[in-house]
Amino acid sequence: MIVVIDYRAGNLTSVKKALDHLRADAVVTADPEAVAQADKIILPGVGHFSAIAILEQAGLRTAILNRVEQGVPFLGVCVGMQWMFESSTEAPGTHGLGLLSGTCGRFPDSVKSPHVGWNSLICHDGSRLLRGIPSGSFVYFTHSYSSPVVKATVARCEHGGEFAAAVEQGNLFGVQFHPEKSGPIGLKILKNFCCLPC
Amino acid sequence: MLTKRIIACLDVTAGRVVKGVQFQRLRDAGDPAELAAAHSQAGADEVVLLDISATHEKRATLADTVRRTARQLFIPFTVGGGISSLDNAIAVFEAGADKISINSAALADPSLITCIADRFGSQAVIVAIDAKRTNGEARFQAYGSGGRNPTGRDAVAWAREAEERGAGEILLTSMDRDGTGAGFDCDLTRACSEALRIPVIASGGGGNTQSFVDVFERGKADAALAASIFHFGLHRIADLKQELGSAGIPVRWPC
Repeated sequence: MIVVIDYRAGNLTSVKKALDHLRADAVVTADPEAVAQADKIILPGVGHFSAIAILEQAGLRTAILNRVEQGVPFLGVCVGMQWMFESSTEAPGTHGLGLLSGTCGRFPDSVKSPHVGWNSLICHDGSRLLRGIPSGSFVYFTHSYSSPVVKATVARCEHGGEFAAAVEQGNLFGVQFHPEKSGPIGLKILKNFCCLPC
Repeated sequence: MLTKRIIACLDVTAGRVVKGVQFQRLRDAGDPAELAAAHSQAGADEVVLLDISATHEKRATLADTVRRTARQLFIPFTVGGGISSLDNAIAVFEAGADKISINSAALADPSLITCIADRFGSQAVIVAIDAKRTNGEARFQAYGSGGRNPTGRDAVAWAREAEERGAGEILLTSMDRDGTGAGFDCDLTRACSEALRIPVIASGGGGNTQSFVDVFERGKADAALAASIFHFGLHRIADLKQELGSAGIPVRWPC
């Protein structure tokens, strides 16, 4: 069972709909008990980096970290990927999950922000999440802050400089774009995650 | 590189896509779910569903229409028309919309922008502005109630306020060009795009390929929306995107 974390903010309809389309066995829940039993975890994020406080209050932060520690595949989406890092200049003092080291930052003033629309991926070799996805594939982004290019980066994107579009390290996966809104390419990426061995 | 978006708009009433001239003599153009899927296949980067129902009875079918349309659509999906409260917005999001577009309700109560953005994020809130030239000059006034009521407000100033209040994008329609196919109003689009940090979607007047090239190059639009021209033949979006690509406009192609 894939557990999609519902932190009572934002809109999870699209993520669930895409998983249903892929016939994945998925449930949307805010129950830490369900997280403790999850075969896979998807953490969609929308809005502000500081919204991670809601996870904390619901007892979800510990539940997620414990389950991830046990080796369960985890996918952070959009702000959900940013939360995998230690911090963000969007909310100084707020702690991310700290699964990856680094700080998320905002786009330079030279470009439009939020970064909204379809942009192309520069894919690195050897990613399981992006298996079969060629460099140059377009995916849909909408965000004002982005993650730094770090060792775990498996795809980069350019908007006023390069940022990490996807990360992967062991059982940890993250995408800054919205696979559920990125047409057939996005569905393939979600399917790759669904097909990972538990 | 961030590409320029081509957005297909479906005008819907009582659960059916309609097309007409200035909302007169509406003709049935098909099922919204089928048309949205077909536009997505043809290369549309997003789909906007605009409820133009005049009556409450017809509007009641909106959630069902949105749900059916969203089910098979895996590109961004915006719903607008008649959304006047947070509750209206919640119902549309729960039915499967990714973004909502508000127009008259935001003019009447600008705090609604912040209210919806706080709940669903700025990326989910598009403020639509209908603008018209004043005495043919490059000054633009915002109109409410489907273009019926002049607000006395400068369209660019209103766009800037909407941005400050939490709008994630501006959908800017030129009332002078709407339905003419004579080209977008590049002066209007450029004035707004240069004044804002958030993306501007140009609407009204889209016709031949050159009109899209112009609105992206001269108008500095981030996206362009059109309705009826895409209903005439579904392959047009694909053709348009290929032609834009050849003209040096960055577009998502092949999809």
